[in-house]
Amino acid sequence: MRTGGDAAAEKLSRAPAPSSSRKEGVSDGPRFRWKDLTVYLGFALVFAFFAVTIGDKGFLTAQNATSIISQVTPIALMAFGAVFVLTAGEIDLSIGSVVAMAALFTALGLRHYGLVPGIAFGILTGVVAGLMNGLLIVGLRVPSFLVTLGTMQLFSGVAQISTQLQDVPIVNETYTDMFGSGTIGPLSNAVVWLVVGFLIAQIVFKNLAFGWRVMATGSNRASARALGINTNRVRVGVMVISSCTAALAGMIYAGEIHGAVYTLGSSDLLTVLAGVVIGGTSLFGGSGSMLGALMGSLLMTMIVNGLVLMGATVQQQIVVQGIIIVVAVAVSQRQPAE
Amino acid sequence: MSRGTEPLLRVAALRKTFGGLHALEDINLEVWPGEVVGLVGDNGAGKSTLVRCIAGYYTPDAGEITVNGESLGSGGPKRAAELGIEIVHQDLSLVMHGDVVQNLYLNREIRSSWAPLGRLGWLDKKAMRAGARTILDQVGIGGTISVRQRVQDLSGGQRQCIAIGRAVGWSRRMVFLDEPTAALGVRQTRHVLDLIGRLRAQGIAIVLISHNMEQVLEVCDRIVVLRLGRKVADRPMAGLTGPMVVGYITGAERAEA
Repeated sequence: MRTGGDAAAEKLSRAPAPSSSRKEGVSDGPRFRWKDLTVYLGFALVFAFFAVTIGDKGFLTAQNATSIISQVTPIALMAFGAVFVLTAGEIDLSIGSVVAMAALFTALGLRHYGLVPGIAFGILTGVVAGLMNGLLIVGLRVPSFLVTLGTMQLFSGVAQISTQLQDVPIVNETYTDMFGSGTIGPLSNAVVWLVVGFLIAQIVFKNLAFGWRVMATGSNRASARALGINTNRVRVGVMVISSCTAALAGMIYAGEIHGAVYTLGSSDLLTVLAGVVIGGTSLFGGSGSMLGALMGSLLMTMIVNGLVLMGATVQQQIVVQGIIIVVAVAVSQRQPAE
Repeated sequence: MSRGTEPLLRVAALRKTFGGLHALEDINLEVWPGEVVGLVGDNGAGKSTLVRCIAGYYTPDAGEITVNGESLGSGGPKRAAELGIEIVHQDLSLVMHGDVVQNLYLNREIRSSWAPLGRLGWLDKKAMRAGARTILDQVGIGGTISVRQRVQDLSGGQRQCIAIGRAVGWSRRMVFLDEPTAALGVRQTRHVLDLIGRLRAQGIAIVLISHNMEQVLEVCDRIVVLRLGRKVADRPMAGLTGPMVVGYITGAERAEA
């Protein structure tokens, strides 16, 4: 004789299908959402548009592809950092200023002390700026938006004071090869930085315990704490990651233009955030996509590139970028109806 | 005292005050393996404070908490978890953006068995997926959902099963369920109550905190009533009726605690 509970359990176990496979009838993985494809569709559409309209004006050449990639590398690296920050439920407005600061400090280090100290200066700039952001957020219990609004100004001021607004040229060829125009085999260094950066970011985000904790912290900080996660450590961690990607971006800019100037990175913040958000990373924490961020950064860069080839003025580029951001964000970030 | 006669949890002469407020006064409580204890009381009676003391979130002002004879001391939540105490909170036990595997294994991840990678925090996702399927079977929803589904896409009952599964999959000794069915429909509530029965059969002790008298009367072996920070009743279910329990809760009825 069977009890009611057993019968119910049997019914449950039979529910999927008359098959031995437990996967039958069970959706295998997260639910599919069309809006997750926004960035890929957007990329395909914009690419097709440019290929048709300016395919004969150099858009489809290998040279142009190389140029797009070298432009996208610093943006995409910062975007990977921003995915961590946004997924953890924070935001980092100071990345543009860290770009300038790290570029200048690297250039000064190269000029006065040589290659290794120069690179160390750049990386240290990122670590220190990130620690400062993170510790202020956690220590003062002030939202990251406000803290980094302040440090954005602070870091920018420091960058300007450090050289009294003067450019600092870089003559060290090992450096400009490494971070700029050099190649490894058939690949330009920009591609190498991009691919290596993406792989590291993706692995840390998806395959290390830290990535899971970032997701949990951003999804619901109180729950994450109740599960025993040290959310403060996670939040400081993502701010350091973000600043370090910005510092690396600054060092790459410096390598590409053989020098540093305080205006570097000043227009990058919105490009980076737009790319990340179009790529499906939530502004409210808990979910993010590295591949989406990469595609979003490529999309933003490709739009500028195409518009330049079309002969658009800077003002027209800004208008078109704005329209595309609004449309893409409306599709990818739409909240469910109340 | 031999091992067999030692309660799983013993709370002795526990006192906790907040400023001048006596949140808990002289609380004594024992929980034995395989027992379902209902912890009831009006809002503000001290249920949450008691649970928070046992879970290590609050340090009591006086008294002692021991698990299997080992003292909790002032070790905090970490020590409580080590001793095998797990709390399933009303709404704090899940991370909605995470999938089932993540929710079962967050902060207790199985890492790569190759030491250098393991130290880095490299996850052994395959092992965790397999473990997650075992836990789903244990809580009775094996085969009905994929372990890679996001928790936000699951029903309320399934979510509660995941939350409970996280607790029992790890501790296997004692679970505190804080209003486990408050947000659930009839069928899903049924499922959770069945699950409580199944866990009891596995020898897991359960402390059920609930406002739902019917439920408490149905699944509990023993009931503990708190009122204004004191224990006013602690007796087996046999012979108890709903009105009597309500009487203890409101103070209309008195019993030797």
